[in-house]
Amino acid sequence: MSQLKLKDLYDGFRDPETIKAFKKIIEEDAKKLEKPINIMEVCGGHTHTIMKYGIPQLLPSNINFIHGPGCPVCIMPKERIDHAYILSMQEDVILVTLGDMIKVPGSNGSLQDARSKGADVRFVYSPMDCIKIANENPNKKVIFFAIGFETTTPMTAALLDVVIKQDIKNIYFHINHVTVPEVMKELIDSRDEHVDSYNHQIDAFLGPSHVSVISGSKIYEEFPRDYNKPVVVAGFEPVDVMQSILMIIKQFIENRCELEIEYKRLVSYEGNIKAQELINKYFKKSSLFKWRGLGNIKDSGLKLRDEYLTYDAEHIYKDILPIGEIEDHKLCICGDILRGMATPPECTIFGTACKPSTPIGSCMVSSEGACAAYYKYGNLL
Amino acid sequence: MKTITLAHGNGGQENNELISKVFYKAFKNDILDKSEDAAVIEDGNLAFSTDSFTVSPLFFNGADIGKLAICGTCNDLAMMGAKPKYLTCSVIIEEGFDKRTLDKIVKSMKEELEVNGAIIVSGDTKVVPRGSVDKIFINTTGIGEIQYKGISSNNITSEDTILVSRDIGAHGATIFASREGIDMNTNLKSDCASLYPQVKALIDADLKITALRDATRGGVSAVLNEWAKQSNICIEVEEASIPISDEVTGICELLGFEAMALANEGTFVLAIKNEDAQKALEILKQTNETASIIGSVSAEHLGKVVLNSAWGTKRFLELPTGELLPRIC
Repeated sequence: MSQLKLKDLYDGFRDPETIKAFKKIIEEDAKKLEKPINIMEVCGGHTHTIMKYGIPQLLPSNINFIHGPGCPVCIMPKERIDHAYILSMQEDVILVTLGDMIKVPGSNGSLQDARSKGADVRFVYSPMDCIKIANENPNKKVIFFAIGFETTTPMTAALLDVVIKQDIKNIYFHINHVTVPEVMKELIDSRDEHVDSYNHQIDAFLGPSHVSVISGSKIYEEFPRDYNKPVVVAGFEPVDVMQSILMIIKQFIENRCELEIEYKRLVSYEGNIKAQELINKYFKKSSLFKWRGLGNIKDSGLKLRDEYLTYDAEHIYKDILPIGEIEDHKLCICGDILRGMATPPECTIFGTACKPSTPIGSCMVSSEGACAAYYKYGNLL
Repeated sequence: MKTITLAHGNGGQENNELISKVFYKAFKNDILDKSEDAAVIEDGNLAFSTDSFTVSPLFFNGADIGKLAICGTCNDLAMMGAKPKYLTCSVIIEEGFDKRTLDKIVKSMKEELEVNGAIIVSGDTKVVPRGSVDKIFINTTGIGEIQYKGISSNNITSEDTILVSRDIGAHGATIFASREGIDMNTNLKSDCASLYPQVKALIDADLKITALRDATRGGVSAVLNEWAKQSNICIEVEEASIPISDEVTGICELLGFEAMALANEGTFVLAIKNEDAQKALEILKQTNETASIIGSVSAEHLGKVVLNSAWGTKRFLELPTGELLPRIC
């Protein structure tokens, strides 16, 4: 059997002729719509694809995107960043996390700032790299600041699995894993106490495919069933996104409201059972997790099960980690953007006080954030 | 900017800010203000440049820190149409550094000097306590004799075509692959090479060269953005024409980078008069089959770079920002 090459993963899914063909069919079909459709791409990865490949420029005016809250960096509240900052400043600690997380500002600064003050902060592409760091630094405590949705959770669980099996004594975890369906429900259900409703604009969802590779498409089945919102589980290449939009349009034209999978090459209804078992072995739902801009969302976070508390940095360092809540910057409207109530250019500090080099809100930090995507790819043409 | 972070060395926006707000502000003069790859001095007869090199790992597929230290400075001279002649070499070594490794690095420097026909005429050596530097830092400074006058990134107009000398991002991708321990079954290797021979071929063919710049830190993206600003023009790039190898695209997919922002050490961008573009392309293809015409100049969005996709969409190609890439040179 010939070896799978990286090229095979995207080749064909960026084909100009295919994209143009989808554009044409979408234009024709969209004429049959009775009203405009607002599609929320839940995941920041999709926001990035949509902006990078200029997808809005290919769509008729009655198809709109609403950018969702699915960027693990964007939704991280200052309280959690402060935890990471404080942990990193401990003399015997090496704080390890994933890429963009080091740039997010907390109350004292970002992990990048901590590093410039002497903290040992490292970023890895795979949590498993913590093992090498721990082996090379036996006198240090390696704390993995774990972030991300269903996609990255199995890797944290796999790291803990190895740590336990190999009896590694100097790796600890600060868990910030969150789940997608709960925040989707929050966006539909939530009410502002002053106006009684956020009047969400969402007509349909693009579901992130990598989440469903792990959790299956089943995690979205309540949205068409209970909320009357179609969901299409979509891949991240431009052809995937165009095809998924067409699938949503077809549902509206044909008066259907269903859960469909566009990314059939890797997503199944059940998902990766082995990964799910690993997650369930080590994690349980935390009753509340605070999302930046969105507040506390019930059952949306994960934490280590009680039997693994000896690996939990949040438990071990509880005496030095603050528990109070911190308000977001007054001028930052990340919360409204994450709710799909506003677009980045509507923010008064977008591109002025808040830029990727000096982010005030987290949506400007990560390349998956809506503000960073608007800033980087312009959407000005 | 209260403290210096790694982002300030990224070859992108923060790096530019550090240079302009600290160094240019203090050292301001007409020559420095031109912001060219090398300073043009002595009535336009000499080019003068300096660069420091730190890279991890010291040896990587396609090159090593020694070759890099010679190519880097010689290429900056070549980008002003100059033949590299005299270099200085200043080395800071961490105590405990392996002598045989040092010999290998110096041998590599010697070989690359020969490619350029340049010599080291002065140098300095410092040894510092363990932990004060990361193994070895090398600084080279060079003087070159200008063979073709008037090359400047401030003079690009709509009469110019934009080319790139080969496929992009190979150096950055190689360094990342080796750092992250990505075991790829590929031929991926750094593009590290001396560019003077190619520049000489262009000069010998009597082509009307407007600007040259090697796309080091910040990649092709940084070069095009700097040119657009320096010459107050809009550079329109056809995305499908940008040569990127499958290996580099693969690494970018895996690690979430853009090839346009990856560093190169033997790839340059050219602005050449429209009528000479095809001839320049033929000459460049003699060294690298992947050389390509990538764009043109317009007045649509002055100071900006526009990327045209193959399916009819447009977006701005911004200067890399933040610590997109850990330092690689």
